[in-house]
Amino acid sequence: MFSLFKQIGVMLLICMPLMAQAAEPQPYKEDQASSAVATSELYELSQQLIDAGYREKQALVETLVEINDPQTLKFLQVMVNGDLYYRKDDRVIVINEDDAITIFFTGESITLENKRDIKKISVNNKLRTLLRGGIARLQIFSNNLELRKQAATNLLKSADDLDEATLQLAVEKEKNADVQEILSLVQGIRWLEADDEKQRLAGVELLSGSLYPDVRGALANYVRAAEADERSTEVAAAKKALDKIEAMLTANAVVENLYFGLALGAVLLLAAIGLAITFGVMGVINMAHGEMIMLGAYTTYMVQQLMPEHMGVSLVVSIPAAFLISGLVGIAIERGVIRHLYGRPLETLLATFGISLILQQAVRSIFGPLNRDVGTPDWMAGTFMINPALELTYNRLYIIIFSLLVLAVLALILKRTLFGLQMRAVTMNRPMASSMGIRTGWVDALTFGLGSGIAGIAGVALSQLTNVGPNMGQAYIIDSFMVVVFGGVGNLWGTLVGAMSLGVMNKLLEPWAGAVVAKILMLVFIILFIQKRPRGLFALKGRAADMG
Amino acid sequence: MTMNKEITTAQEIKGGPLTRMLLNDAAGRKLLIILALMSVLIPLSNVLLPEGSFFHVSTYTMTLLGKYLCYALLAVSVDLIWGYCGILSLGHGAFFTLGGYAMGMYLMRQIGDRGVYSNPELPDFMVFLNWTELPWYWLGFDQFWFAMVMVIAAPGILAFVFGALAFRSRVTGVYFSIITQALTYALLLAFFRNDMGFGGNNGLTDFKDILGFDLQADSTRATLFFASGLALILGYLISRFIVTSKLGRVLVAIRDSESRARFMGYRVESYKLFVFVVSAMMAGVAGALYVPQVGIINPGEFAPINSIEMIIWVAVGGRGTLYGAVIGAVLVNYAKTYFTGAFAELWLFMLGGLFVLSTLYLPKGVVGLWAQLKEKYSSSGGSGPDENSSSDDSAVIEEGRT
Repeated sequence: MFSLFKQIGVMLLICMPLMAQAAEPQPYKEDQASSAVATSELYELSQQLIDAGYREKQALVETLVEINDPQTLKFLQVMVNGDLYYRKDDRVIVINEDDAITIFFTGESITLENKRDIKKISVNNKLRTLLRGGIARLQIFSNNLELRKQAATNLLKSADDLDEATLQLAVEKEKNADVQEILSLVQGIRWLEADDEKQRLAGVELLSGSLYPDVRGALANYVRAAEADERSTEVAAAKKALDKIEAMLTANAVVENLYFGLALGAVLLLAAIGLAITFGVMGVINMAHGEMIMLGAYTTYMVQQLMPEHMGVSLVVSIPAAFLISGLVGIAIERGVIRHLYGRPLETLLATFGISLILQQAVRSIFGPLNRDVGTPDWMAGTFMINPALELTYNRLYIIIFSLLVLAVLALILKRTLFGLQMRAVTMNRPMASSMGIRTGWVDALTFGLGSGIAGIAGVALSQLTNVGPNMGQAYIIDSFMVVVFGGVGNLWGTLVGAMSLGVMNKLLEPWAGAVVAKILMLVFIILFIQKRPRGLFALKGRAADMG
Repeated sequence: MTMNKEITTAQEIKGGPLTRMLLNDAAGRKLLIILALMSVLIPLSNVLLPEGSFFHVSTYTMTLLGKYLCYALLAVSVDLIWGYCGILSLGHGAFFTLGGYAMGMYLMRQIGDRGVYSNPELPDFMVFLNWTELPWYWLGFDQFWFAMVMVIAAPGILAFVFGALAFRSRVTGVYFSIITQALTYALLLAFFRNDMGFGGNNGLTDFKDILGFDLQADSTRATLFFASGLALILGYLISRFIVTSKLGRVLVAIRDSESRARFMGYRVESYKLFVFVVSAMMAGVAGALYVPQVGIINPGEFAPINSIEMIIWVAVGGRGTLYGAVIGAVLVNYAKTYFTGAFAELWLFMLGGLFVLSTLYLPKGVVGLWAQLKEKYSSSGGSGPDENSSSDDSAVIEEGRT
């Protein structure tokens, strides 16, 4: 932010004589002076470039690359891409990117009446090499860590941009360990082409175990070249290095699938956790559970429509909103229908299925049959790097954390609050709880509301991962039941373990079986599993088991 | 008490099994007569009477009614296990669809070289997928008898394996319902795959003829309608035979208290398995008759919602009566045809409402409505035991739990 102001200030200062209109003075800082000098030098040289022939341009570029300044770097990058033009009538340097013309020194965009008003400052191959080297050097010695990292990574692709001495200097001067490692890999790649066998082997040694795809490519090329020349020791060494890389990549793939599996498990957990209450604790087969999730997702959509400016805030606001809306609908369903059907689980199943149809059609009538776009805040996007060949997305991480959080809160409610105590009392022994003065009817309604509300929260999370449409609940209902039944009814831990193991199993199967077959295998597995353990992984024992 | 009465009658009555089966089933008798008349008269009127005649039944109507008859047979098969044995299968659509696919495969082979790609051996979709020869499981389907065996065997074997596993490990109640739903869902996903060799997403369609008769011809349609009616009557009689036999009583005992039946020495799982397999085979036959009449079979039929819809036919008609299932299937499907045509938006509201209302207020379905009303009004004047006993099975159902 700060440096941006600086740049604009400098640009305005330099360009003021050129421009007819006066600009408001910008706040300066002390070190502005040197930068200003650099920019004025750049301006001078750029004007000379306009008339120069190729040989003169070379000399000019060689001077240019000595100016260590971000503006110059940008200038060189535009030039090497062939986007550098100048306006014929007033010799102003402009950038022409896909016919979008901006003045270089001010960043002001202009429209041309005639395409011939500007002329390209042409570059040839020799200039390009020179420019690339210059850019790499400017970047590699820049004060900006990100820029240095970027430059070093680029060098992996074209190791020849920098000469040996500069590279060595860069490795020695580099303070950041990551960048230093990349730079030494660049050295390694260069050494592979050295004339001396010892140095080539040293290069192989240096590259062994690195996960950058470019390193792998370089090594593979090297193996091919070495095989052609029948240099057997080198081939063996390089192959060993490659094998090591392969092994690490395989490990990477497993880690990645595990991560995907945990994320899928978290989604399943979120979807199933509300069902663990309504089905697991109360014994109500709620086929409208998926629609509670859908209502939560649509609530997120509505909240986002209300505050389109604040994506991140709206997502946080959606959580209680979705809990309330789904919870209230849940209470209404319990009071209106399910209350009359206790003790008749199959009838409950049918009635709640009817409710799910009604809710689906209601949402379809109100919002239309098409999927709705729910925005994702910036902090949800992006990835974090574990190693060069493995990047994991943040949104999955957040889902995992969020699902565990919801589970923890729910466990707290069940174990530590008065409501939780009453709830457990009612499910254990209804007449006794009733005679102790607990309003069992209300506890039923609130318990069902709690389960439905949590499904609503799951909807908020799922709106960030999948499409939000009237049918979205259908996709989760079977999965949720599988998780609860697999984990063991009436047991939150079972739900957690069930969801995570199903998620991980599914994702580990996917690479060799394909997504659909993996899913079928999971279903078959659960069907067979229930044969073996009809009450799930963590079955309740003793009298409580008989009541299910 | 009603049970006792029935048992005595069953023992005392002389005469053929048919008389015994239908003696206590006044409504069933009426239904069978109506069905028999329908399956003879409607095809005759379609084929013999001129187009303009008042009594002429158009081919469209006849095909629609034929579809309802297939659904009715399916509903009877659902009622057989749900109404009389308390097994709520949410995957019965799987058996129906498998039967349909077996028939579809036969019809596919009948197309011969009249397909788009004119391949005499391979159906179009296989040519399209660059397959060079028929997969092994398609072999034999060019023979009608083989296809008909498979119509019964494929659902039967699946039901046998699945049921044997589930019943032996005493997966009951809602757990059974949920895994049957998983079963049909898994089949849905599997049949959607092109690699399965069943036409993937599009399923099997573009049928030309059956046993050499053109499928589009009125006479073929009329015959198919007759066959559907006949199948329904036979299915009804078979179900009725099962539920009035001694075995049927054990089934009801299992429904009402499974553990008690087990403690009395009955091998509960064998009884359940038997009736489950019979029901699946009937569903398969229904599917096989359904496919040539609608002209297509695709994986969408496996969708869990279809299976659940079948339950609602039975629930609306009246569970545990068999004829109620027939009435329910026809009523709900007629309503579906009408409402999806007239008010497409409203249909799901209606269907959902039906689910809720019939479970809340119509525990015995429409066929039990009369008895329900009578009971309500007589109970205000003090109910005697005589008034509650009816000659129908519905009295037995009264005691029934899910």
